[in-house]
Parts: sequence; C-alpha cells; structure tokens
Amino acid sequence: MINFSNVSKRYPNSYDALKNITFTIETGEMVFITGHSGAGKSTLLKLIAAIERPTSGSIIVNGQNVGALRGRTISFLRRNLGLVFQDQKILFDRSVFDNVLLPLQISGFDPKAATGRVRAALDKVGLLGKEKARPITLSGGEQQRLCIARAVVNRPSILIADEPTGNLDADYAHDIMDMFRSFHQVGVTVLIATHDAELLGGAQQRILTLDHGELTA
Amino acid sequence: MSVWLSHHSYAFVLALKRLVRTPFASLLSIAVIGITLSLPAGVYMLLGNLQVFSGQVSGAPQLSLFLALDASRDEVAQIGSRLKQHPQVASFLFVPKDSALQQLKQSSGLADVVDSLAQNPLPDAFVTNARSTAPEALELLRAELQQWPKIEHIQLDSAWAKRLDALLSLGRMVVLMLAVLLSFALVAVTFNTIRLQILTRRDEIEVSKLIGATNGFIRRPFLYFGATQGMAGGVAAWLIIALGVHLIDGPLADLAQLYTFDFHLYYLSPEDSVSLLLFSTWLGWLGAWLSVASHLWQIEPK
Repeated sequence: MINFSNVSKRYPNSYDALKNITFTIETGEMVFITGHSGAGKSTLLKLIAAIERPTSGSIIVNGQNVGALRGRTISFLRRNLGLVFQDQKILFDRSVFDNVLLPLQISGFDPKAATGRVRAALDKVGLLGKEKARPITLSGGEQQRLCIARAVVNRPSILIADEPTGNLDADYAHDIMDMFRSFHQVGVTVLIATHDAELLGGAQQRILTLDHGELTA
Repeated sequence: MSVWLSHHSYAFVLALKRLVRTPFASLLSIAVIGITLSLPAGVYMLLGNLQVFSGQVSGAPQLSLFLALDASRDEVAQIGSRLKQHPQVASFLFVPKDSALQQLKQSSGLADVVDSLAQNPLPDAFVTNARSTAPEALELLRAELQQWPKIEHIQLDSAWAKRLDALLSLGRMVVLMLAVLLSFALVAVTFNTIRLQILTRRDEIEVSKLIGATNGFIRRPFLYFGATQGMAGGVAAWLIIALGVHLIDGPLADLAQLYTFDFHLYYLSPEDSVSLLLFSTWLGWLGAWLSVASHLWQIEPK
C-alpha cells in the first residue's frame, strides 16, 4: 500500500532530512514512526501526502508514484488520505461541524449525505454534542479529536497522523491512541509519527525508528 | 455531473455569503463599479438620443436648386423634365420666382422694401427630395446637378446633419476611449478586493489544498465573487443611468418645447442593458481571475 525505495530528501541549502529510506507498509497495518525531534518523521509523512517531493528514490502510495504526481492528481491522492497535522490546522472562523464538512465539500459530496457523514465522524470521536461550537472553545484534547474527525470523514483507506498526542497529557493521549487503534481494527492503514515512547509501551504494532534521517529499525 | 453542480453551487453560495458578510465594503465596491460604468454608458446613451433627435428633425434632406436669373422658360422646363427622369430624384417642387417674391412679401413683413424693388431679385428654384438620404449619395447628387446648365447654386440642407453626424462619431470615439480606460480601473478594483480576500483566507486555502482541494475548487468562489460583484455594479450603473434619464427628461422636454420640438429621452435599449450587464460581469470575473492567478500560487502548503 505504501512503498518507499531508496528515498532521500535534501532541503535546499540544508541537511539531508532523509537518507536512503526503504520500507513497505501493507494494507491494514498500523505502524509507528519514532525518533528524536528532527529525525525526519514529519518529512517522511509529508512525502507520502506529496506535500514535499523526494530528492531521489520512489514512493508508491495506492499504486501511484507520488513523486511524479502533478496538479489535480495530487489533490485526488490527498482525498484518499486522512491527514492529522502536527499543527492541527483547524479553521477558527467556522464551527466544529463546518471544519469537518470541508473535506466533503472539496470532494463534491451531496450536502444531505454530507451532513450524515459529518455527524457520524463527530460521533466516532465523541464530539457530536459540540458540532455547533467554535473550535476556540474546545480543550486541547477536543481540538485534536476534531482534527481526527476531519481526517476520517472522507473514509480514507490510509490515516496519517503527525504527533497526534504532542501537547496532550497522558489520559488524553491514551484516548487518542485508542481511537486510532479502533480505526485500525476496521481495516484502515494507520501511520503515526510520535516521539512519545510512553505511547508505544505494550504496543505490539510495528515500529520504524528514524535517527538523523536514517532508518535504524 | 452532480459533483460538478454541487461544486459550482457551493462556490456560488460561498461567494454570495462573502458579499453579504461585509455589506458595507461590498456596497462601496459595487457603487464604485456602478458610478465608473455609468459614465461611459450614460454618455453613450446620450449620443444615441442625439442621433435619434437629429433623425427626427432633419427628416428627409432636401436639395434646393437655384437657377440663374437669366434662365429662360424653356430652360426651366428642360431642367424640370430632366429632374423628372433622374433616378435619384424622388420628387420635386418648382418655385417660380414670382411666387417666391410673393411668399417673401407675406412672411417677412418686408412688403414695402419688396415693392420698392425695380425688378425681382429672386431666382426660380426647384426644391428636390432625393431618393437616398445617405450623406454621401446626397453629396454625389449635388455635384452632378451642379454641372447642369443654368443652375447657379445648390443648397444641401442636410449639411448640418452631416456635421452633427461627424460630431457624434467623434463622441463615440471618446466614449470608447473612456470605456477602455475605466475598464482597466474596474479590473484593478476587483483585483485588489480579491487579493485582500485571498490574503485573509490564507489558512483556509492552505488547509483546503492539504486535504485534497484542486486549484479549481479554490479559485471558483473568488471568480464567482468577482463576477457577482461586477454584475451588481452593472445593475448599479443601469439604475444610475435610469435615474438620470428620469430626472433630466422633464426639464429637457420643456426646453425642447420652447424650440417647438417634441423630444423625449430614450432609456438604454434592452440589448444595450444586457450588454452592459454582461460586460461588467466579465470585467469582475477578469479582475478576480487575474488576482487569483497571480496570488494563489504563493500559498503552497509546507
């Protein structure tokens, strides 16, 4: 489903963020990417969503060579990915409901069916009671759940989260992780970048460890 | 098809919402567009009115043929028969010099002066209506008749209409130049409005791109906004012109009455009104398109 072969990424006049990365993630797998801050976790996730392009090597996602995509095809690739961003990227000028609705508007969903989808997604993350609320009034954990609802409302086959528990205390963090596990259990491929070793404790999932841009395990 | 439709209705509704959400700014922009457009469109309408007016007043232009004083009866009769056979002459009226003198005596109040004249100073005349009223055709006919023997002078009374015509085409050129210049201004107005919108919606644009929005999806609401604002500006221009006509028509009719003309202003014709609306809509769309094209690429998610 996701296949990296000999992928390197060098930022202009800067260091090598990723060096010669090769791995494959099968459909339905749940994989953690760990490593110190600056190890290249975010870069790796951005390459999958075509937010960054690899300097060399090839990345295949859902059978498409991501590095070669241009224009509209990038948009269509992203619609099949559920992205939870490190900096959340919540739109504070609209309600919780409208934030989650946006991906469906982008894919041209029928408005009536979209309303049902949004409610279902909010229900899954436990925010159904707050659909009319402004995101600014939500707690940190609730905001993170809002991001997850927005990522899954399109029912993507791949869910990618960058530090989804970054600013949360342990209880919230475990809630969020349980949520990702439940998506994994219904067959979604889940990819989570985290520096929080605590979360991995007891996890029997596969772990990719990055160290200064190189894959060590 | 339904996806296409839902994308467009989404963009249109969003554009309307954005217009309504900032009513004061929107009204100001629409007023600026309306006033700017009403200038060339209003002058254009006035020129059209003038043209109709000149057509009404001059009617069928006439050629007055004045014969030489020494023309004999035979020569006069010959000219009459030649005129009758001429294909360009629709009709003519012979005014003998005696009846011309009588007419002068009665109408001018110069009876004493006329009576004191030793001989009739007036020539025989033919008042001729030409078949074609085109200025060029009249000029040709005049040149031809001028060559005939015993024709002293030909008065073409459409000369002033011709001058007016020349003036009108000059006016039309000025309107055209005005329209082109002001169109640039309008494109600039929309360009800046949309630029501000894009900058304030940076986050939204970035997030939308990240979750799979195509450039078309992001562009569309701005284009609809520009076009809608342009169309509203066109409506404003139309209303300004209509109000202007309504206010001016009464006093102008009174003025014309004093000169014994029955004259009323015409509003913009339906064709011209539709053209005005389409043009202003297009200008708004163009401004928005240029703005989106030059600013959107700057917002790439990182």
